[in-house]
Formats: sequence, structure tokens, C-alpha cells
Amino acid sequence: MGGGGLSFINLRDKVVQVKIVYYGPGRCGKTTNLEYINRKFREQIQSEMVSLKTHGDRTLFFDFLPFHMGQIKGYDIKIQLYTVPGQVKYNATRKLVLKGVDGIVFVADAMEKQREKNIRSLNQLHENLQSYKESIFKIPLVMQYNKVDLKDHGIPVLPISVLQQDLNSRLQVPYFEASAITGYNVAATLKKIISSTVVSIQKKLL
Amino acid sequence: MNYGIVNQEQLEQIEEILFQKLIKLGVDCAIIIDMAGNIITVKDSGKSKYDIYSFAALAAGNFATVDAMAKLVGETEFSLLFHKGQDSNIHFSKIDDELLLISMFGRDISLGFLRLNVVEAIEQIQKVWEQQE
Repeated sequence: MGGGGLSFINLRDKVVQVKIVYYGPGRCGKTTNLEYINRKFREQIQSEMVSLKTHGDRTLFFDFLPFHMGQIKGYDIKIQLYTVPGQVKYNATRKLVLKGVDGIVFVADAMEKQREKNIRSLNQLHENLQSYKESIFKIPLVMQYNKVDLKDHGIPVLPISVLQQDLNSRLQVPYFEASAITGYNVAATLKKIISSTVVSIQKKLL
Repeated sequence: MNYGIVNQEQLEQIEEILFQKLIKLGVDCAIIIDMAGNIITVKDSGKSKYDIYSFAALAAGNFATVDAMAKLVGETEFSLLFHKGQDSNIHFSKIDDELLLISMFGRDISLGFLRLNVVEAIEQIQKVWEQQE
């Protein structure tokens, strides 16, 4: 067994457990993504979503949602979706949740006033991954620019070109504009991160 | 990146240890997880029906939290944890830096007896694990 203790493959039962973490600044919509997935894909989810929240309904530790993907090359793929707490003061717990991560969705808040927070959160993700000897440039990563629906309600939203420039100019990873509350591109984001992660695990096994 | 891959032979040896040392003693369910929350193997008495995937995620989080607390008070680790309930109890013990053994048991087993058996089980599991490295 390797020191990393990453994605776990059981050769006898042919099960691969894949850990995907939704990361991003506070109130960007990470939990909302998981809640939508939990409602929309009920038949692929065998158990209840676990949420460790504060009294104010903010994520305290993580949300957890096991998601059944079916089989790839005879292996049963069990996806474990996690969120991290977004609040600045909870970096210690964010780091704990990132342990053994196989793929990341970075949820950015497209509201104009959140511009700085997105950048700071992404920088911290970079540092947190380094502490596990992982690289943000190597790990499967998908960007989600959430809350784009707010522009229809007169709330200033950053253009995608600005978000791309701020967050994705060096990473160059797949990105989606989305609205977690309405479900717009939530499934597309999920599908993309699952496929990138599974491909990356397959490569490492060969 | 290192991947944890367990082969069939190892798994069977480990399950046999869990059965001989814990299930036979009356433990309802013995689970080995890694610190990322993945399940390595589960052995139960057939009576229990737990949602083990959620359980593993929470248990890994729980253990990681306690580990962080240990460092705050100047300990290198708290290597075991015990949660006592009315009808069921949970015992957590570290196998090594990456693996955790969780035993769920009822009122009919004493904690001391369980702990002795957990220690023996862990020694045997460590030997099986070493064979691979």
C-alpha cells in the first residue's frame, strides 16, 4: 500500500472508490451542487446525504454523498462526493477533507463582489494540495462559474472572460458556467469531473 | 501518486483475522478504512445493516479531527477512540498511519476484552500488510 493512501482499488470485489471534492469560497454553492445531485440522481444514490453543518446552516466540516456510477471495464465505480467548508477560518478542516482526493471541482462565485475571494480560495487550494504533495496542475480539476443566473435579477456578475483570466489562465482546465440553485450545468460539471478523474486513475494503473 | 491496491489473497487473510479475532468474539461489524474515508474491507456478523460508506467518511473525518486535537495539546497522536452508547459502542484503533480499524459491538462484550483482541488483530494485519511492501 502506498503512502498516499489515495483512490482505493479492491481487486477481488472489483471496486474502485473515487473521491471528488467540491472546493471554493464561502457561500459559492458547493453544498447546493450536492443537494441538486442528491435530488436529481436519487436512483443512483443508495444512502442519505450526510451534512455536518453549523446552526446557521453553513458547512462545518463536509457534506458527503456516495454516488454509484455503474461499471467501467468490469470495475464497479463508487464515487464519493465531498464538499469543504468555505469559511476562511476553517482551513484546517478543508485540508482534512482534501486528504486522498482524486478530483476537484472548483466552484467560483460569479458575483462581481466575490472576485477577490475566488482568487484567494484557489490560491489556498494550491497550497493545501502542496501539503499533500499533490499539484493543482496535475490533479483532475474542473472549474464551475456558479450563480450566472443572478444577472437576470440585476445583480452584477463577472463576465466569463474575466473569470477565465482570473482563475483559469494558467490551469487551462475544462469550465462551465452554472446555476447550482436551478441545476443548470450541475450534471455537466459532475460528468466532466468524473470522466477526467476516471481517465486519470486508469492512466496511473497502466 | 501512490494507489492503494489490495489483492485477493491479502484481503482474505485480513478478513480471516477480523473474523477470528473480532466477529467470533461477538463484534457486530469490523471495518478497515483508510484515512481518506475509503473502505478497505468489512466483516460483519450478518446481523448489522449499516450505511458503511457514509460511516467510513464520517469515521475518517472524526479520526482526523481527533488527530489534529492531539497535536494541539502536544501529543503525537491519540491512537484509539471509543464511543459508548446505550446499546452499541464503537471502537477505533489505528493500524498504521493510513489505516484504521473500527469495531462496532453491543453490550455483551467488555471493552477490555475487545481491546486485547483488537491489539492482536492489528499485529496480525500489520504482518499481512508488510508482505506486500
